[in-house]
Amino acid sequence: MNQTVAGPPAVEAHGLVKRYKHVEAVRGIDLTVYRGETFGFLGPNGAGKSTTIKILCTLVDATAGTARVAGFDVASERDAVRRNIGLVYQEPTLDGYLTAEQNLRFHGELYGVDRATAADRRHEVLEMVGLWERRGDLVNEFSGGMRRRLEIARGLLHSPRVLFLDEPTIGLDPQTRVSIWRYIAELRAREDITVFVTTHYMDEAEHCDRIAIMNEGLIVALDTPEALKAAIGKDRVQITTADDTAAIAALESAFGLKAALLEGQVTFAVAGGAAFVPHLFEKLGVPIHSVTVTRPSLDDVFLAHTGTTIRDVESKGQFSPMAARYRGR
Amino acid sequence: MTETRIANVRVLKPSLAHEARAALVVWEREMIRFSRDRTRVFAQMVQPLLFLFVLGGGLGSLVSHGTGGLDFRTFLFPGVLSMSVLFTASFSGISMVWDREFGFLREMLVAPVSTASIVLGKCLGGATVATIQSIVVLVLAGLVGVPYDLLMMAQVLLLLFLMAFMITALGLLLSARVKQVQSAMPLVQLIITPLMFLSGALFPLSNLPPWLTVVTHLNPMTYAVEPVRHVVFERLQMSDAARATLDPGIWWGSFAVPVWLQIVVVLVASAGLLTAAVGFFSRTE
Repeated sequence: MNQTVAGPPAVEAHGLVKRYKHVEAVRGIDLTVYRGETFGFLGPNGAGKSTTIKILCTLVDATAGTARVAGFDVASERDAVRRNIGLVYQEPTLDGYLTAEQNLRFHGELYGVDRATAADRRHEVLEMVGLWERRGDLVNEFSGGMRRRLEIARGLLHSPRVLFLDEPTIGLDPQTRVSIWRYIAELRAREDITVFVTTHYMDEAEHCDRIAIMNEGLIVALDTPEALKAAIGKDRVQITTADDTAAIAALESAFGLKAALLEGQVTFAVAGGAAFVPHLFEKLGVPIHSVTVTRPSLDDVFLAHTGTTIRDVESKGQFSPMAARYRGR
Repeated sequence: MTETRIANVRVLKPSLAHEARAALVVWEREMIRFSRDRTRVFAQMVQPLLFLFVLGGGLGSLVSHGTGGLDFRTFLFPGVLSMSVLFTASFSGISMVWDREFGFLREMLVAPVSTASIVLGKCLGGATVATIQSIVVLVLAGLVGVPYDLLMMAQVLLLLFLMAFMITALGLLLSARVKQVQSAMPLVQLIITPLMFLSGALFPLSNLPPWLTVVTHLNPMTYAVEPVRHVVFERLQMSDAARATLDPGIWWGSFAVPVWLQIVVVLVASAGLLTAAVGFFSRTE
């Protein structure tokens, strides 16, 4: 439905590569984001999401490949791209010694927002994120969630055509995360805007029209969340047993299923999971303490495409989200 | 390569007013933050006053033979004004390190304006703040025998603004290279102290040991302090001998450097420092 909107795609990338001295953070990405959609960019920390977003926002140059955002080339039309995008980073970029409204005014002047309409626009975006009443307060007095909302309002101030949100909910409590997504949803209803959002919370990707899953610098899957889950076609079964090693071996020998110990439970995927449970008790030969059957989630999509869960990738220690959060302070 | 240049020109040409707006709002932010920070106004006031009244008063009796009857504090007055500017302006410049630490530098640098406008706005802001701060010292002129001459005050403030601009530019240049908040202040100390001691702010440039003469003449701060002293001393009554000792001017060999040329030196140094700072900031992001 969104594909029919006239004009160039919001984001169009071909063969993007970013090589740092020793690592290849992005290893050849092709991507089209249509106008008006909410596009989710998923993957564990260190997958190359932030680097990709930085290339698209003209903050770093790609080693190879081309990209156009809002119809402009990120390499040769830097300022035009910047004028047409809104940016909300993982790390805070507000001035705590200015009031909420002063932060917005500053942004409007930097982006050359027409002065005649600037005040109305400030009112509008502050109203949208529920901070109009607090406009005269110093940002230092704001909570983490309020700051993030203010950053989203600021990112929208100059009426960008594409809004980039890099981990907008990282480090926030679950309640605030929900409210941030409500603002994003409302935003789409009110503005003619494309939202490009990265997250490593799989559950949040359900809010997106389409998602791309990135792992180790490559896009491993790209479709609507429903299509991605349907493509898996299998349910996830997790059991706890008296002897996990024996259970894994028995699953292989009795059912031909490959199981792995994930998050302390024997985990495997099987079609028609609920109907499979009776067979399991009958033939496994290892005492079972508990069984959980879940419909496929985006976690399973990730598991199916990368062979591991997002949490396992992160706990390998190649990148610590805690350290990242600390650095962002 | 050619493509990039064409794109830049197309974007830049109609947006000169936009660049000015950006610089202005960066300047305005410095003003807002300064007006909110009473502690800073007070803290940066104390040190110059200590120098003027405690050091000036304490050393005054000791050096009274050399000043031809002039109060040592009167001699020190232009130097202390310069010191006040030096402290405030260098702090304003280095504050960009905090802007980086708290992410705000990024908000500024990713805007669709040139880095030069951002850095220029910041530098003008720092210079304005330092000039305003120096008024605290300037109003005490009468206490140390300097007349309240309005034209003199205006000239002094203008010269102090140029000095402040140069020092802020230096601070900005440092903050482009220093990424650690912890090392910013020690580095400022390291730079300020020699700049101050080797500028003729605290002692006359006459009869110095040769090495000190060379060093003071290489210090751009010298060329910013001397015009201030010149403007103040023009209004003072003193013997020719005392004037020759206390305000000998700056000499390149046998060439007496005129005040306008001293100002040109300051302007050139400012432009150089600012250009270097812009270059570094453009490259960091």
